[in-house]
Amino acid sequence: MNNWPLWEVFIRSKNGLEHRHCGSLHATDATMALENARDVYTRRGEGVSIWVVPSSQITASNPEHNGETFEPALDKVYRHPTFYELPDELKHM
Amino acid sequence: MSNSKINYILGIADNALILGQRLSELCGHGPSLETDIATTNIALDLLGQTRSYYQYAAELQGGEATEDTLAFLRKEREYKNVLLVEQPNTDFGYVMARQYMFDVFHLLLLEQLQNSNDEVLAAIAKKSIKEVSYHKRFSGDWIKRLGDGTEESHNRMQEAFDNLWTFTNELFLMTADDTAMVEAGVGVDVAALKAAWTQEITALLTEATLTVPDLKYFLKGGKEGIHSEHMGFILTEMQYMQRTYPNMTW
Amino acid sequence: MSEKEIKNLEELFQRRIDNDEKIEPKDWMPEKYRQTHIRQISQHAHSEIVGMLPEANWITRAPSLRRKVALLAKIQDEGGHGLYLYSAAETLGISRDEMYEQLHTGKAKYSSIFNYPSLTWADIGAIGWLVDGAAIMNQVALMGTSYGPYSRAMIRICKEESFHQRQGYEILLTMSKGTQEQKDMVQDALNRWWWPSLMMFGPRDAESPNTEQSVKWKLKRKTNDELRQQFVDQTVPQAEILGAKIPDANLKWNEDRKHYDFGEIDWEEFWQVVNGHGKCNKLRLEARRSAWEKGTWVRDAAMAHAEKQTQRNLEKAV
Repeated sequence: MNNWPLWEVFIRSKNGLEHRHCGSLHATDATMALENARDVYTRRGEGVSIWVVPSSQITASNPEHNGETFEPALDKVYRHPTFYELPDELKHM
Repeated sequence: MSNSKINYILGIADNALILGQRLSELCGHGPSLETDIATTNIALDLLGQTRSYYQYAAELQGGEATEDTLAFLRKEREYKNVLLVEQPNTDFGYVMARQYMFDVFHLLLLEQLQNSNDEVLAAIAKKSIKEVSYHKRFSGDWIKRLGDGTEESHNRMQEAFDNLWTFTNELFLMTADDTAMVEAGVGVDVAALKAAWTQEITALLTEATLTVPDLKYFLKGGKEGIHSEHMGFILTEMQYMQRTYPNMTW
Repeated sequence: MSEKEIKNLEELFQRRIDNDEKIEPKDWMPEKYRQTHIRQISQHAHSEIVGMLPEANWITRAPSLRRKVALLAKIQDEGGHGLYLYSAAETLGISRDEMYEQLHTGKAKYSSIFNYPSLTWADIGAIGWLVDGAAIMNQVALMGTSYGPYSRAMIRICKEESFHQRQGYEILLTMSKGTQEQKDMVQDALNRWWWPSLMMFGPRDAESPNTEQSVKWKLKRKTNDELRQQFVDQTVPQAEILGAKIPDANLKWNEDRKHYDFGEIDWEEFWQVVNGHGKCNKLRLEARRSAWEKGTWVRDAAMAHAEKQTQRNLEKAV
């Protein structure tokens, strides 16, 4: 029969922080994926919340398009506060 | 009174020890890596609970007793675990059926035990409830998958329940120590748990498309120290080091 | 793509690695990079799960409850580490089931050390101390490897494994303070595990193929002989604390080199075990195959159940 599908696991390590990708595992259904994630990825109390997502449901950007996708943002320096010149005597802004 | 209490604690502890021992036989041999890791977690929880109970029993007993003399240096007749937990890991279906039937009982027991007037027992129970709730969810989910999976898995699961059912009634038998401890406000009236247990098991088995075995005859004896033939082998292996090299520190 | 274009890509690729950039799964990579990584990462994963077996032998016989839970947790970690590594390999386009297939048919290798038997409780100490000690040297070096998923798995593994070696060493340390019989067991375990542990670093550099390519891809941060030397230097004083003697008549501090000199590995034995003729090669593979085969009905049933559930949910939606 077929392989068990692959799932991606995201864990929130404590409230206030975002979920972060921590790895993947195999499971036949979402319940099992959550249970397996708990047993595999939180053995040392690493989490307070788990997300599991079927790997097949993730759409990833194509690294070959990285130039057109990401580089145009690099020269938009006016989006950063350091772009703007302010007098030295202004202490906080 | 104190002897009854020690015996009572040992009864609960021995169940956790022997089931933990059985589960730890499976480490490295599970049907999938994920499942292997999960059942080992259950074994670790049970062995952790075992240690808390034994440490307390050793303290009550005094003298040279430690968690390890209690775990490793008693004779077979002195172990008070139920027959169910010593049954072998025939296949993953048996492992999950044994687990689920014990988990449902175990959780019902702990939910009462947390109200014990013995503070130590109440505290161990409170901590264990979280662990055992998870065990029950895990084993229950697997029974649904296997009962309502393929024809083969359905048949295997049904066979496991049919063959293990004979050991279930013992969970609810009251020993003299049980009765004494209930009267003292320490222990749990296990006989009173049977209705809830049966109801819960029936609901899950039905959902898993399995039939609740209809059995008139049940086996017992473990709680009185009269075990199945499996027990001798379990202890032979478990006690090997302590028996071969007595009085050493490891 | 023309040959010239590929060569260009390969140069760009190598430049990224030289600049300490990580390679991620969907990035272009030379086919040989992919294949080499699949081979090495899956072998590493197989070593973790086969490595569970010699230690698992002793869970049911552990001499105290404290030792039992520590050993169980350690072996469980190894299962987890196998899982992280299989996942890393899967990002390169091979499934875990395919990797298992390669293991079960004997096509894939795993670390030969696990083909030695664990005969006494002291062996459990020696495995943690020496085998994990040797493994962690390799693994620490690999945290900086070029393939992102492999590097991340290594970081996680190294963090978790930090208790493994201590677990083993503490077992031996306790025994070394015990009776003569216990001390003899420690010595006996060291006698049997010392040389196989040195063999874990692989053939001598002169006889090790692929080294140059592996160094370029940061799959190898140090050579076999460098790591072996580092291991010997680190381990000798630890043996002294145990009051145990390393079974090598040629072991001697070399003041000029500031390293220990040590004797020659029995390479015939090394190749014998690598080629499948160690004491436990058959046993280990049989155990893995048997677990897999006995689990088939369980895995199939879980899939069937999930499919039924999906179907039911669809019908409900209609």
